[in-house]
Amino acid sequence: MHKIWLIIQREYLTRVRKKSFIIMTLLTPLLLATFMILPGLLINMSGEEETVMVLDESGLFENKLESRKDLAFIPLPDLTLDQAKTIYQETDNTALLYIPKMSIEDPKGFVVYGKKNISIQTQVSLENMLEKEIENQRYLASGLDRQTLDKIKADVKITAVNLSNEGEKGNNAIITSIAGIVGAVIIYFFIFLYGVQIMRGVIEEKTNRIVEVMISSVKPFQLMMGKIVGIAAVGLTQFLLWVILSFFAVTAVSAAFGVDAAPSPAAQYAAGQMAAQGGGLEADDPSAMANEPGEDEFANTISDVKQSFASLNIGLIFFSFLFYFLGGYLLYGSLFGAIGAAVDNETDTQQFMMPITIPLVIAFIMSYSIVLKNPDGPVAFWMSMIPLTSPIVMMVRVPFGVPAWELLLSMGLLVAGFIFTTWIASRIYRVGILMYGKKVNYKELSKWLFYRV
Amino acid sequence: MSILKIEGVSKFYANHTALDNVSFEIPQGCIFGLLGPNGAGKTSLIRIITQITGADSGKIYFKGERLQPGHIKDMGYLPEERGLYKKMKVGEQLLYLAQLKGLSKEDATARIKSWIDRFEIREWLDKNIEDLSKGMQQKVQFIATVLHEPSLIILDEPFSGFDPINANLIKDEILSLRERGATIIFSTHRMESVEELCDNIALINRARKVLDGPVREIKDTYKTDTYQVIGNGQLLVTSPDFEVLEQHSNHGIFRASIKLLNNTSPNDLLRYLIQRVEVHSFVELVPSINEIFIQKVKETHHA
Repeated sequence: MHKIWLIIQREYLTRVRKKSFIIMTLLTPLLLATFMILPGLLINMSGEEETVMVLDESGLFENKLESRKDLAFIPLPDLTLDQAKTIYQETDNTALLYIPKMSIEDPKGFVVYGKKNISIQTQVSLENMLEKEIENQRYLASGLDRQTLDKIKADVKITAVNLSNEGEKGNNAIITSIAGIVGAVIIYFFIFLYGVQIMRGVIEEKTNRIVEVMISSVKPFQLMMGKIVGIAAVGLTQFLLWVILSFFAVTAVSAAFGVDAAPSPAAQYAAGQMAAQGGGLEADDPSAMANEPGEDEFANTISDVKQSFASLNIGLIFFSFLFYFLGGYLLYGSLFGAIGAAVDNETDTQQFMMPITIPLVIAFIMSYSIVLKNPDGPVAFWMSMIPLTSPIVMMVRVPFGVPAWELLLSMGLLVAGFIFTTWIASRIYRVGILMYGKKVNYKELSKWLFYRV
Repeated sequence: MSILKIEGVSKFYANHTALDNVSFEIPQGCIFGLLGPNGAGKTSLIRIITQITGADSGKIYFKGERLQPGHIKDMGYLPEERGLYKKMKVGEQLLYLAQLKGLSKEDATARIKSWIDRFEIREWLDKNIEDLSKGMQQKVQFIATVLHEPSLIILDEPFSGFDPINANLIKDEILSLRERGATIIFSTHRMESVEELCDNIALINRARKVLDGPVREIKDTYKTDTYQVIGNGQLLVTSPDFEVLEQHSNHGIFRASIKLLNNTSPNDLLRYLIQRVEVHSFVELVPSINEIFIQKVKETHHA
């Protein structure tokens, strides 16, 4: 045990002290913060007032175009278009809107003049305002008014509630899906990123020719497990730092720029990720970060999100996440280690990478395309039992609620699968690490399983 | 007393036999040459001794006990395929390898210090291995092998890749390790390179031991009572006691290989020669280990 501990320490420390690790760990939260803050910042920056002069020959829009915070209108008296243009040129107004003589039935010929390109945003705003006004006038002409119309308009929202033994629970399919998918995505990338690191580490030991020196002191199994566990610790460290640093970076950047994070999907995603994984983090983080005052509808959505998070079984999700995170990593990690032992350099790994990449990728695609739509269907069930796909598929299912026996069976199978792949990997590993300059194939590998060493 | 006793060890791989019933003993405190051509089974045997692999049959005793995992920390092994972690500092690397051999951190640090002083490499300690020259790396590897003061040191092809200066340095260190009571096993196919160092040898060919024993005894057994004589004059041997195997003459200087027959002594030959020619040099022709090996292999093949 003492030796494994030494190996874990070495694997951990040499990686954590690498410049690339430090840079990646610090840079990612900054990037995340930037992505979340930037949209809000940009919207605020472009918030200077635009003034539009209006020459209305039709008379239809007189006093109808109301100035807003960011868009002001200056009506022009009766002038010809050329005169108006001259006046406009002398001012520093943003644009000149020309409305020709027209009837309400056939509105066309609107032109907006600018000194430089008119922004799409301004153009769209103007179009919307004109359209709305024309519609209003048409309603009036046909005997309706806006208020009557607003009364007629319906706004329906469905609240989904789970009826289960524990009583009624609020449910929001979108939030539930996000919680599951975020967990699955993290597991997926973690397995790949750090699994490949195990493989590289083993290949490095082989090409550096240190491996025989090592195994004259320790058992191959100790060397392999030490590496797998050490790298898992590196991954967990990085992940934890990301969560903590992202939180601080977002808070700090928001404070520094005096901006609320934009209510972008990225923000909700990240907030969801924190709430789902952090466990202890308050579930009202999303609203704190993503609330924009004055917008009732948005605030409502946020409170829905809040409730949905509250309705999720955060403790169970967090526990399942940790379990499938580590279980999946250990299962695949030992296979990656075996591949590293079987080859001499990274270019030879392709043929062996395929069969262990495919189940992961399939699990990931299926999660999106089938499991999310039908989290209790047969595909979802079987894929969440098979240890090769369960870390991802079950993670997607858990937030929707999975019967206890299914969860326990899946976890049990994952542990069994992990023990099995570790056994296979250690058999391949102990033969492979001492084998140089030999191109191996599957037939050869299968023989190694039963070598007596 | 023998530090290592190998009894009927065999090792089979899928389609070849690496070791076939090999037995010999290695006396304590000697330098032992494990010799044989490439692929003879030397590395397989070493891997069994260092417990990297297990024998299919046979027994090995280390200091009188059956070989067991605990013995590992009393052995130092420098494999033929050797290297170090490139991105690790020299000091850390030595400490790590020593700790894996069971040394405490304090002991290991103290010993590393004494070795780097001895090799005058103090300024390397904080350098990454990849920044060192090949010769420097070899020194570090050697230190790593002997740092835990093992009583059995196994060096597989130790001088392949060492430059002559380092090779001499290592030879001196090996001799001083023997002085302190360590036993050293050299494994090499270049027999002439270790001939002068080894006290005992075992010759292995095609998975079998061909012969073993103290070098002096083996040479005595295989010497052919042949002497090389260089001198001035016209050499014409007519005595039935001596047989001239080979003779060259150049500007009146001759060089001849003469074999003693009928139990005559070298002195008899010398007396015989002195009466006829002027002797400049008189040397016994001792077969090299290489020659003995070739001869022995031929014998076993004919047998």
